Amino acid sequence: MTDLSVLKERGQREVFCGLTGIVWLHRKMQDAFFLVVGSRTCAHLVQSAAGVMIFAEPRFGTAILGERDLAGLADANEELDRVVDQLLERRPDIGTLFLVGSCPSEVIKLDLAKASERLNQRFFPKVRILNYSGSGIETTFTQGEDACLGSMVPVLPRSHDEPSLMIVGSLADVVEDQFQRIFDKLGIGPVYFFPPRRAANLPPIGKGTKLLLAQPFLSDTVRSLIARGATLLPSPYPLGIEGTTTWLKTAADAWNVSNEQFKQAIAPSVNRSAIALDRYRQALAGRKAFLFPDSQLEIPLARFLSRECGMELVEVGTPYIDRLLMDQEINLLPVGTALSEGQDVEKQLDRCRAAKPDITVCGLGLANPLEAEGMATKWSIELVFSPIQGYDQAADLAELFARPLERRRRLTV
Amino acid sequence: MELTLWTYEGPPHVGAMRVATAMEGVHYVLHAPQGDTYADLLFTMIERRDRRPPVTYTTFQARDLGGDTAEMVKTSVRDAYERFKPQVMLVGESCTAELIQDQPGSLAKSMGLPIPVVSLELPAYSKKENWGASETLYHLVRTLLLPVVLPPNTKRPQRDSHIRPKANIIGPTALGFRCRDDIREVVKLLAEIGVDVNVIAPMGATPADLMRIPDADFNICLYPEIALTTCTWLSRNFAQPIIKTVPIGVGATRDFIAEIGKVAEIDVSHALARSQSDTLGNWDAARISSSAEAHASRLPWYSRSVDSTYLTGKRVFIFGDATHALAAARIATEELGFTLVGIGTYSREFAREVRELAKKHGIEAVISDDYLAVEAKVAEAAPELVLGTQMERHIAKRLGIPCAVISAPIHVQDVPARYSPQMGWEGANVIFDSWVHPLMMGLEEHLIGMFKEDFEFAEGHMSHLHTATAQETRREATSEPMVSIGNSASHSDQVVLTPLTQEVAGITWSLDGEAELKKIPFFVRGKIKRNTEKFASDRGITSITSDTLYEAKAAIGQ
Repeated sequence: MTDLSVLKERGQREVFCGLTGIVWLHRKMQDAFFLVVGSRTCAHLVQSAAGVMIFAEPRFGTAILGERDLAGLADANEELDRVVDQLLERRPDIGTLFLVGSCPSEVIKLDLAKASERLNQRFFPKVRILNYSGSGIETTFTQGEDACLGSMVPVLPRSHDEPSLMIVGSLADVVEDQFQRIFDKLGIGPVYFFPPRRAANLPPIGKGTKLLLAQPFLSDTVRSLIARGATLLPSPYPLGIEGTTTWLKTAADAWNVSNEQFKQAIAPSVNRSAIALDRYRQALAGRKAFLFPDSQLEIPLARFLSRECGMELVEVGTPYIDRLLMDQEINLLPVGTALSEGQDVEKQLDRCRAAKPDITVCGLGLANPLEAEGMATKWSIELVFSPIQGYDQAADLAELFARPLERRRRLTV
Repeated sequence: MELTLWTYEGPPHVGAMRVATAMEGVHYVLHAPQGDTYADLLFTMIERRDRRPPVTYTTFQARDLGGDTAEMVKTSVRDAYERFKPQVMLVGESCTAELIQDQPGSLAKSMGLPIPVVSLELPAYSKKENWGASETLYHLVRTLLLPVVLPPNTKRPQRDSHIRPKANIIGPTALGFRCRDDIREVVKLLAEIGVDVNVIAPMGATPADLMRIPDADFNICLYPEIALTTCTWLSRNFAQPIIKTVPIGVGATRDFIAEIGKVAEIDVSHALARSQSDTLGNWDAARISSSAEAHASRLPWYSRSVDSTYLTGKRVFIFGDATHALAAARIATEELGFTLVGIGTYSREFAREVRELAKKHGIEAVISDDYLAVEAKVAEAAPELVLGTQMERHIAKRLGIPCAVISAPIHVQDVPARYSPQMGWEGANVIFDSWVHPLMMGLEEHLIGMFKEDFEFAEGHMSHLHTATAQETRREATSEPMVSIGNSASHSDQVVLTPLTQEVAGITWSLDGEAELKKIPFFVRGKIKRNTEKFASDRGITSITSDTLYEAKAAIGQ
């Protein structure tokens, strides 16, 4: 294991809370509805992030706590039941309802676990009610997905312990399909993707289940899956050609696929993605990158940027490092890479300005202000919303970082 | 607990941020959990600001709750003062911080900072964004000007008639609907009638500017939701009259000029006359050159030109903040010839005015911040055009009704690069274009009414919008807003909606009645259907035939 020196900082954190996960999870699982139990701030957050899309039928909402709820004048449980009734009446098509905890509901210790248990007694099997916390005090951005998937683990059906592969973490549909084709060629199967495209189609789990993580921010989900008998296949994440190959190889080894068969299966994809990636490598090689903490994707991204795009890493910030999930990646970083965990945003901005990186990966609260200071930025949230995993997306991923540079080259005004 | 799919306003601390961000030299320390920094994006993304909002968040986490969160406040205040050296500091809480009661305002005041500290008490569970902005502006102005208030009953000295009157413009904030360009347009209007601008606040003002507010002869309360409390306080303590007319629309702009004339005791008759004398389309060279300095709007001529005849009696539903809703209602009915079939606001503080106006039009105002209640009212009124907020765009999409945005809340497309005021002469031009645009063009409307079976120009199609809409969905949505519809954005079999309103009991449509109903033009069909059903129910008719439909039409009109 790599001996790590990591700068740990505390101060103002310029990050999203876990509620933001709803913005992509509602699209991934279209039969699910996300009901935040929180304040107007929570409602405002989710709609500010997703409200630019015009919804005929929103797939998320907020049960806003009022003064009566806080004063204990209204029985919170009765209130919640009433709101859920109202919602399910309006939307009888909902198959899975997530009650999502927030900072206010956590601070006043509203027991959503009990509430969902009670509601399940009334609505299951027509509607399954689950709960998780997306609060800012407990979760940072993508950890909301971890919490959401974690809430589904206990209700996954038990398999008969036959060998199967479970890919854990939201992937774009197109990426899932590509991986499925490669696994088919390798003779690996059955393969289940978690989360599924419909929350009603839950994958089975048991002693034969091997876990391959598509996303690095699933600490709790992985641990609960392991607790249900599954085995983790530790691997770097499928970003870039190298990451994808190592990731697939991890599964192939677990299935005793011969080296030849493996090479044969991946060769066409590897060849074409290498050609595609080369174009952007030329644009990125030798450039300096500075990554602000956001999604926990930063370390795998930094590994891809340095090893496959030839970039120089100034600082790699991440909100949280889970060694169980990250050591495989950290081992691949150049020795001495400056890692930071947590944040004091003003100090980090000072370091960033002083280093004058060629590209700064940061959130939208910082991006335009840094651009106005003359720095090229890549807004990091897009990396969670774009298909970036797998061979055929390796060049697309590099392009996301090359695009701001290319744009600056083109613009003359 | 209140089920909310969309909220019209953010929490009150976002209102405080709108004031702080609008200003220079003010810093806001906000006691808030990790994640509440999302609000920065409203300014850097929706408004595309090139600087971070002047806000320091304590961003506490769960592990801090066991420890000393009050100490975090002090550290944040100290660091923010050292780093940003503001002239005034605002200190307040977000909703979660309100629960843990660290009293950050009093803490900060006890720290002995060499600048004024304004402690904000914004109850997040009962108040909302505009209230927060209004309250913040009021406390900021009050804190700075309290030491210099005039003794009670002091009269302002008579202004020398050779000196041009000076006005403050109060109310424009960050994230306000078109504030940036409204200010420019209003300043232009004032220049036209010989009034100078003293201070514009909070947008662009420093604390030192706020200190100069008493120098003006009167205050223009441009956005009452934000400014009225402050203007009232200034009127009481500095004897500054308030201009209350909001110049949105041609008529309101004329009234605005007239009101200023009266308050400032200046002659504005020339400007008013000019505004009426030449309102044509500027088609010859002389007019084009004079149009560079147009003291009039093109809206009156555009609206009178025959192309606009088909706009007469278009049924419109209006919702937004009270200021914009009231202004829109006047424009819609008096300047564009629409029929008002619904009006409402989420600004409870101004409910009375909206109710009064609704009464004049024989309708009941919708005073609500409940999105679902508004949606039900829109469906019930079956309008042909919805003028509302970003939230009404969702409603209009669901019901398949054309929509234009007239008020916050807004999203990024309503902070355009081009000059787009709502106020003054040019504002009326902008309004004419943006409200008429979503409606079907006249010729197309006629042809679709005549020939129903065109393979390209089908029902609900609006070729000037370049979209081949999912016609099945739209047709269903409008003709029967109360039954199941598909969602064109996803798989149509997945979304099943329940009734928005109850069907009239015991009435069925006969086959020929239904066939005849389908021949009614798309946008008015919902209304005709409802009228006919009511007509039938009133007369005890149980099966509606085509004759029933025409009898109802004759009895009720369109």
